[in-house]
Amino acid sequence: MFDTRTRLNDNTSVFQKFTNLNWALLILISSIALIGTLSLYSAGGGSMSPWASRHVLRFIILLAGAIAIALINIRFWYKLAYPVYGIGVVLLIAVEFIGEAGMGAQRWINLGLIQIQPSELMKIAVLMALAKYFHAASQEDMNRLSFLVPPAILVLLPVFLVLLQPDLGTALMIVMAAIVMFFIAGAPFWLFIAGGAGTIAFVPIAWTFLHNYQKKRVMTFLDPESDPFGAGYHITQSKIAIGSGGIEGKGFLNGSQSHLNFLPEKQTDFIFTLWVEEWGLIGGLLLLLINAAIILYGIWIAYMCKHAFGRLLAFGLIVNYSLYVFINIAMVMGLIPVVGVPLPLISYGGTAMMATLISFGLILSCSLHRDSKLPRMS
Amino acid sequence: MSWKNFTNILKKRRKYSSSISSRSSVPKARTSRSTDKHEIFTRRAFLITVGQGGVLSLLAIRMGWLQIAEAEKYTTLAEDNRVNLLMLAPERGIIVDRFGVPLASNIRDYRAVIIPEKTEDMAAILEELRKHISYGKETIEDVLKKSKKVSRFVPIEIVNNLSWEDLAKIEVHRPSLPGVSVEVGELRNYPLKEATAHLIGYVGRVSEKELGDDPVELLPGYKIGKTGLEKNFNNELKGKPGQREVEVNATGREVRDLKIAPPASGKRLTLSVDIEYQRFVQNVLSREKSAAAVVMDAHTGAVYALASHPSFDPNLFVDGIGHQDWNELLNDPTYPLTNKAVTGQYPPGSTFKMITALAGLEAGVIKPNTTVVCPGHYRLGQGKFHCWKPEGHGRMNLISALEESCDVFFYKLSTSIGIDKIAEVAQRFGLGQNLGLELPEEKNGHIPTESWKKKRYGEKWQPGETVIHSIGQGYTLTTPLQLATMTARLVNGGKSVRPWLSGFMDQKPLMPLNWEQMDIEQEYLDLIKRGMDAVVMGDKGTARGSRIPDESMSMSGKTGTAQVKRITKAERAQGRRRQEDLPWRDRHHALFVGYAPVDSPRYVCSVIVEHGIGGSSAAAPIAKELLWEVQKRKLAESPFLPNGGLATGLTENKKKSG
Repeated sequence: MFDTRTRLNDNTSVFQKFTNLNWALLILISSIALIGTLSLYSAGGGSMSPWASRHVLRFIILLAGAIAIALINIRFWYKLAYPVYGIGVVLLIAVEFIGEAGMGAQRWINLGLIQIQPSELMKIAVLMALAKYFHAASQEDMNRLSFLVPPAILVLLPVFLVLLQPDLGTALMIVMAAIVMFFIAGAPFWLFIAGGAGTIAFVPIAWTFLHNYQKKRVMTFLDPESDPFGAGYHITQSKIAIGSGGIEGKGFLNGSQSHLNFLPEKQTDFIFTLWVEEWGLIGGLLLLLINAAIILYGIWIAYMCKHAFGRLLAFGLIVNYSLYVFINIAMVMGLIPVVGVPLPLISYGGTAMMATLISFGLILSCSLHRDSKLPRMS
Repeated sequence: MSWKNFTNILKKRRKYSSSISSRSSVPKARTSRSTDKHEIFTRRAFLITVGQGGVLSLLAIRMGWLQIAEAEKYTTLAEDNRVNLLMLAPERGIIVDRFGVPLASNIRDYRAVIIPEKTEDMAAILEELRKHISYGKETIEDVLKKSKKVSRFVPIEIVNNLSWEDLAKIEVHRPSLPGVSVEVGELRNYPLKEATAHLIGYVGRVSEKELGDDPVELLPGYKIGKTGLEKNFNNELKGKPGQREVEVNATGREVRDLKIAPPASGKRLTLSVDIEYQRFVQNVLSREKSAAAVVMDAHTGAVYALASHPSFDPNLFVDGIGHQDWNELLNDPTYPLTNKAVTGQYPPGSTFKMITALAGLEAGVIKPNTTVVCPGHYRLGQGKFHCWKPEGHGRMNLISALEESCDVFFYKLSTSIGIDKIAEVAQRFGLGQNLGLELPEEKNGHIPTESWKKKRYGEKWQPGETVIHSIGQGYTLTTPLQLATMTARLVNGGKSVRPWLSGFMDQKPLMPLNWEQMDIEQEYLDLIKRGMDAVVMGDKGTARGSRIPDESMSMSGKTGTAQVKRITKAERAQGRRRQEDLPWRDRHHALFVGYAPVDSPRYVCSVIVEHGIGGSSAAAPIAKELLWEVQKRKLAESPFLPNGGLATGLTENKKKSG
C-alpha cells in the first residue's frame, strides 16, 4: 500500500525512469527555491539583480543536474563512492595551497568560471563512502570496534583538513552527519553514550583551541545584549527583524530591518530573517512545514530502499539537509551561536546549492533504484 | 528515566516497526540477519525522525514566541531603528522699533562645508580652498578632527558668513574642490549694531549651564537670547521647532522623509523706541567718555530711547566672540558691555532733593512758604556739613532751594523728617526697586532705612547720616531708569507709571494702559514742579544755561552732582582741588533729570555722565538736546501699531488698493 509505483529494473528506459521520478519531492524542493527567489528579490531592494536572477538560473541548471544524477543507476554511484571521496580529499588539500581566502579562512578554489568550496562537496563524498563501507557490513561486523576504525578515519581525515582552513562550522556538520550514519548503520549503542560523555568532557579543552572570533561568537550568543553594537549586533538585529514581523509580517518588500541594512548578510546566512520579517509567522511556519515534508519524504525514501547503501545514503543526506535547516534557523532566532551555515535553497550561494541539489539527485536515485541489486548484498 | 525503561521502550518500538516492515514489501528471501539489520535501521531512523520533529517543533515555538509574545517589543525596536526624528530649527522672531524698522533680524548665512566621503584627501582640499577664501590653518585641523567623530556623509562646517565674493570663488573653483559645497543657514543680525546693543542684547550658543528641557537647544548652531530683550523674550522669540521623521538605514544615512511638521517662526516684537531717535541719543552720549540716558513718556511709561555709551557691536557675539575682541571689551575701564541706564547704580545727588522736599511736606516739617537761611554749612552735634556753595545761599524757600540746589535747606529739614520717611517717599516714586523693565540686567539700586542699617551693619542709624542722604549721597543708589521714572511720577499728576519697552508681541498689545494714582497731595507736586521749572527757567537756576530756545518746547528738571570720592577734611583745609585735576575715575558723576514741555509735561529724561563733574555743566546740556529732539519728533503723538503698522493685513490691503 505504500509502494504503488511500477518497480524498475536495469532494463527500464530513461524515459520511464523520468516519469517515475518523485515529482512531489521535486515540487517541494522547487517551492523552497521559490521562497528563496522571492526573498532574494526583496533583499535586492525589489530587483532580480544582483541575487534573485542568478539564484533562479542556478536552481534550474542544478535541478536538471540533480535529475540527471537521479536517472543514473545507483550502482554507478556505489562504484564511484570511494573515487569521489578521493577527489574530495585531493581538492581539500589543494585548497590549502591554491585556495582563496575569504573571511579569514581559506575555503575557495577558483576554477576560472566558478568558485567552489571543496568542503561543501566533501560532506557528500564522506556520506557516500560511509554508505558504501557499511553497505556490506553485518550486525556482527558493526559490533566489532576494529571494523569501525576505518570509517572513523574516513571521517576524521576530511574533518582535519576542513579544520585547517579553518572552518569549524563545516567540520562540525561533517562530524554530526557521520555520527548519524554510524548510528543508523547499527554501531553499538554504548558507543554513542560514551562518545557523548567524552564530548562534554572535551569541551573545556576544545575551547582553548578555538579562534578568537569563534570564542567571541559563543560569548555573544550567551549574552547578546551585552554588546549591542559589537559582536551581539547580528543576533539582536535579527531577533528584532523576526519579532517585528509579527504574525502576518510587514508585507513583501516591506521589511524595514532588512532593507535598511540593519540585517547583516541578509542575502546569505540571514535570509530566513528577511523572509519572516516580511511574511510573518505564517510564512515562517509554511517554510518549516515544507521542509518537514521534504525531510519526511527523504526518510520515507530511505526506508523504502531495499539495499543498505541506498538506505544509509538517502538517510544520511536528508539528515544532513535537515541539519542545515535546523542550525541556520536556530542561529538566526538566537537559539544557538552564530555559525556560518546557509539555509539550503534559499540562501544565495552557488556551492551550497550545488551540494544540496547533488544530495537530492542522489536521494532521488535511491528512490528510483530502490530495487536494484548491489554487489555483496547481504 | 532509567536505562531499563529506555530499553523497554525500544523493545516496544521494535515490535511496532517490525509490524510495519512485515506489511511493507520486504523481500521474503532476506535472511533473519539482514532483517535484524533493517530493523535496527528502522528503529534508530525512527528515533532520529522523532528528534527532528522535536527540533522542528522547538523552532516553531521559538518563532511563535518571537513573533507573537514579543512582537510588540521588537516592533518598537525596529521602529526605533528605522526612524530618526530630526528637529527643524524655527526662525527666530524679529524685533522692530515703533515704526517697524528691524532691529534684530535673520540673515541668510552661507557656510562652506565639506563632506568627507566625497573627497579623497580632505587636508589637501582644505589647503586648496584656503587659496580662494581666507581662514586659519587651525581651521583645517579643527575640520579634520571633527570629521573623525561623525559619519562620513555628514557635512562639516569650514567657514560661515561667506561674502558674495567668497561664494562666487567657491562656485568657480568647484571642479578642483571635490566634496566642498555651500549650505544656507540663518544668522541673527543686528543692523544698527552699537545703537541697539544694550537694548536688544544678543543671542549666542547655548552653554551647558543654560541647557533646559527643550531638545531644540541641542541643535548645532542653535542660539538663545543671552542678554537684553533677546534674553527676556526668548520664549516668545524662539518659535516652535518643526520635526522631520526620516527613515535611516543602519549606518544612519537618510533614506527618505516620512513626515514633516514645519517649524513655526517666533513672534515679532514691536518696541516702543524710535530707532532714529535712539541713534540720535547714542550719538549725543558718545561725546562723553561714559554716559547713559533714558527718555520716556511721562504718562504712559513708554521708553523712547534707552542708551548707554560706550557700546559694542552685538553681531560679534552671535557666532562666538573672538578672544581678542572679548578681552578688549572686558578690560575697557568704561565698561562697554554694561548697560548703565539700567545696571549702573549711582548716588542720585541733588536729583534726590525733590524726594526729600516731598517727604518734608508730607511729614509736615515744612510748609510751602517755610524759609531757611543757608550760611554755607550746617552743624549737627560735632558734625559740620557743607553746602556746595561755601559762601552760602542766604534765605531760601523750597522753590529757590531747588532752583539753586541749596544743600543746607535740605540738611536742616532732613533730621526732623527722619530717614525712614524719606525712604518711604523715595520708594513710592520708584527708587530702590526693580521697575520691571523687560531687560534682565535691570538692577534694584538701594534706598537705606534705619532697620536696613541695623540688619546690615548691626549699628544704629546716626542723624548725621540722614543729613547726607537728604541730598542723595551716602548709601543711596539709583539707576538712570529709576530717576527717569521718578521724574515721570513727579510731573504726570501722580500716576505710578513704570517704564516699558515692548509694545506688541505679534498683534497682541503688551503695554500697560492704566496707571494707578499715587496717594500724594497734588498741591505738593505742583510746588515741586515749580521748583524744577525754576532750575532751568529761573535767573539763578543751576541749569539756566541749558534752556531750549523754542519756548513751546521748553524743558525743566533738576541737576545733580554725585560725589564719587569723599572730600576729606585735610583736602578741604588745603583748599579744594579742582575736579578737572583729579584722575577721571575720582571725578564726580554729573546727573540731570528733566521733562518737557514745561507747561504740560509729556517727555521725561534722565542723563548721567560718569565722572562728568557737574550736573549743570555736563548732564543738563545733553538732556536739553534729547528733550528738544524728542519733541520735534512728536513721538507721543505718532500712532503706535504692531510692527509699526507695516505688516498688518489691513495696511497691506490698503497699499494694494492705493
